[in-house]
Amino acid sequence: MYTPELGKPGAAAPVSRRGEARAFVAAVAARVAADEFIEPKDWMPEAYRRTLIRQISQHAHSEIVGMLPEGNWISRAPSLRRKAVLLAKVQDEGGHGLYLYCAAETLGASRDEMTEALLAGKAKYSTIFNYPTLTWADIGAIGWLVDGAAIMNQVPLQRTSYGPYARAMVRVCKEESFHQRQGFEIMMAMANGTPEQKEMAQDALNRWWWPSLMMFGPPDADSPNSAQGFRWRIKRDSNDDLRQKFVDITTPQAEFLGLTVPDADLRWDADRGHYDFGAIDWEEFYAVVRGEGPVAKERMEARREAWEDGAWVREAADAYEAKRQARAAA
Amino acid sequence: MPSLPTIQPEDEARADGASHEGVFDAPHVETHAKDLFDYALRLGDDSLILGQRLGEWCGRAPALETELSLANLGLDLIGQATLFLALAGEVEGRGRDADRLAFHRDVLQFRNCLLVEQPNGDFARTIARQFLFSTAQLALFEGLTRSTDPRLAEIAAKAAKEVAYHADIAADWVVRLGDGTEESRRRMLAGLDWCWRFVDELFQVDAVETRLVSTGVAVDRASLRPSFDARVAAVLEEAALPAPVYPRAVVGGRVGHHSEHLGHLLAVMQFLPRTYPDAVW
Ligand SMILES: [Fe+2]
Ligand SMILES: [Fe+2]
Repeated sequence: MYTPELGKPGAAAPVSRRGEARAFVAAVAARVAADEFIEPKDWMPEAYRRTLIRQISQHAHSEIVGMLPEGNWISRAPSLRRKAVLLAKVQDEGGHGLYLYCAAETLGASRDEMTEALLAGKAKYSTIFNYPTLTWADIGAIGWLVDGAAIMNQVPLQRTSYGPYARAMVRVCKEESFHQRQGFEIMMAMANGTPEQKEMAQDALNRWWWPSLMMFGPPDADSPNSAQGFRWRIKRDSNDDLRQKFVDITTPQAEFLGLTVPDADLRWDADRGHYDFGAIDWEEFYAVVRGEGPVAKERMEARREAWEDGAWVREAADAYEAKRQARAAA
Repeated sequence: MPSLPTIQPEDEARADGASHEGVFDAPHVETHAKDLFDYALRLGDDSLILGQRLGEWCGRAPALETELSLANLGLDLIGQATLFLALAGEVEGRGRDADRLAFHRDVLQFRNCLLVEQPNGDFARTIARQFLFSTAQLALFEGLTRSTDPRLAEIAAKAAKEVAYHADIAADWVVRLGDGTEESRRRMLAGLDWCWRFVDELFQVDAVETRLVSTGVAVDRASLRPSFDARVAAVLEEAALPAPVYPRAVVGGRVGHHSEHLGHLLAVMQFLPRTYPDAVW
């Protein structure tokens, strides 16, 4: 999902030779036009490679950190079916992380390196996962809004220029639409439930709405890095376009649920054929990007603990494998 | 012929007027239904509680691959629990469905073995628990596929395939950890040490199961012990770990006498349906 929000100006390495860079952009366009991709063995500019590693690993980290807010409710899911569905969903997200780490590995980044960059706070992940899940309705809201936003980001990435990334996205997108439907189904049950359930549903929408809009990243005017992404076909739609699409699709869904979107400025603009919506608090967004999200510390601590507590297991697996190979060779 | 009171004409008249309702083996059927209910609860609760425990690993596993594999096991177990508890509710005939049974019983009504409710501990303890439980559960389910109760046989047939995989994965990890590093070996031994006292309960046969075994509904758990012991011995040997020394057994799960841990697990698991009893989720 979740990558466009974190593209930083200037983070891509400058392309040294202009001719080479132009030739690559042309090569990308030709491949895409022929329904082909740039593959790991192909030559690529260092800046393309590094930008992709940053984008794919952020995406992978987001899948993994994103398991935590929902994992928070597996033990408390209110029925056996909901428990199984949530467990399967969170497992899917782990699988997405795995495909994506593998895609990044084809560019020469190792999974351990990427994990360590995350734990050191050097690599980012989607801001949305720095907000807490307080009630069961939050599980519905995440599926509906967060997976919904993810789909909008990811569907175009199925046609991104880098083959392993595009193929990972094809598998991911299939599952995300399930997640979105399951989340909406939870919201329906809550919104049509007891007064307490309805209150939980509304409160969840109140808390997740604005962070969901922020998931699409800064306004286009503040995303100078996008142009290169478009030329390389690793970005296909602008942040603002995707955000608008999200608002247009989600607002009627909220109405259908009988819930109120927490935005007094939200109204249909017949001339534009779109919903107008209120100003996003970008100061909050950048604070969360800096690592100051409400539960950012909890998320990082959880990942660090899992990594550190698991070190002896990973070492044991490696040691056993080495012994096994030595025995097989003997 | 011993002397018996003669049946008088008025007795015969009374007999003619007596009800035709009821069945001659009614007491037996009632016992059987109760036994079967209890048995289905035992099977369902084992899977439910272990599935709940595995769900607690979410976000905490040593690597992404182990994360996914623990979730897989948990999912299978929750699926089994749903089928067994639905059957229990059906046999009971009092309108309780699987969710009602899972979320609205207290400690004394739970029928799972003590092993599955043990806290996760470190990865080695989780693996020890899984290895011992899945190995026993596999033998049980394989036997149950021949149950005279077709519903039990059907669930067991589906579940046996899943559990064969659980038992294999867990055994692989016992070997890897036992024969990995010094630390992993020490932890694997400690994990097994935590669990040995709960193994006998997995093979315990009480009056309920004795009756069900006699009609071919249940599997005689005691008969599964020798193959279990052989399998455990083989895996421990491959893991370069010493053979088990079983301490005095701790039992009670099948009659609702659990460890202190189960109450906490239920408090978490049941909190929503208990807090909002009128809600549908
Ligand atoms: Fe995902
Ligand atoms: Fe998802």
